[in-house]
Amino acid sequence: MLLGRVIGTVVPAVVYEGLKGWPLLLVQPLDAGGLSAGRTLVAADATRMAGPGDLVTYEGGREAALALEPNFVPVDHAIVGLVDHLHWPRAEVSP
Amino acid sequence: MILGRVAGEVVTTIAHPFYRGRTLLLVERTDPSFTPTGGYLIAVDAVGAGLGQHVLVLDEGNGARQVFASPDAPVRSVVVGIVDHANVHR
Repeated sequence: MLLGRVIGTVVPAVVYEGLKGWPLLLVQPLDAGGLSAGRTLVAADATRMAGPGDLVTYEGGREAALALEPNFVPVDHAIVGLVDHLHWPRAEVSP
Repeated sequence: MILGRVAGEVVTTIAHPFYRGRTLLLVERTDPSFTPTGGYLIAVDAVGAGLGQHVLVLDEGNGARQVFASPDAPVRSVVVGIVDHANVHR
């Protein structure tokens, strides 16, 4: 898993079967310094509780698909947790 | 598997059911002399590792699911060892 900051939402007009009903959020990945790094990605929110501004943990690949019900829906990133406490002395990041 | 150093802890109270009650460690990737190489990952602790310790991290889903005997768990990274030291011979 990696850390990301939710920076927005995606409202789809049409989605493939298994993705119906799953919130889609824009996530900005964070690097080892706790800073924004890399391209923004779209992740399905397996917690159904995340929103803009939240610090989240997300998983990619096959594990992202496993986070959703039913399994193996067409998804490549999924939010699996909302960070409410983070102890990371070296990095400047907070929930 | 990869070598790393436990640099922090993450608490996610609202999470996928698999992660509830599990300890998440923030592990900075290192080289064999335990110098940080710039990356990090968040891994589930399976050995009781603590802050500052050098660890061995399994970063592959099938193996990770086997560790927790949970074939549907959305998990890929697990701390599976605490490293005393590593020797590089060349």
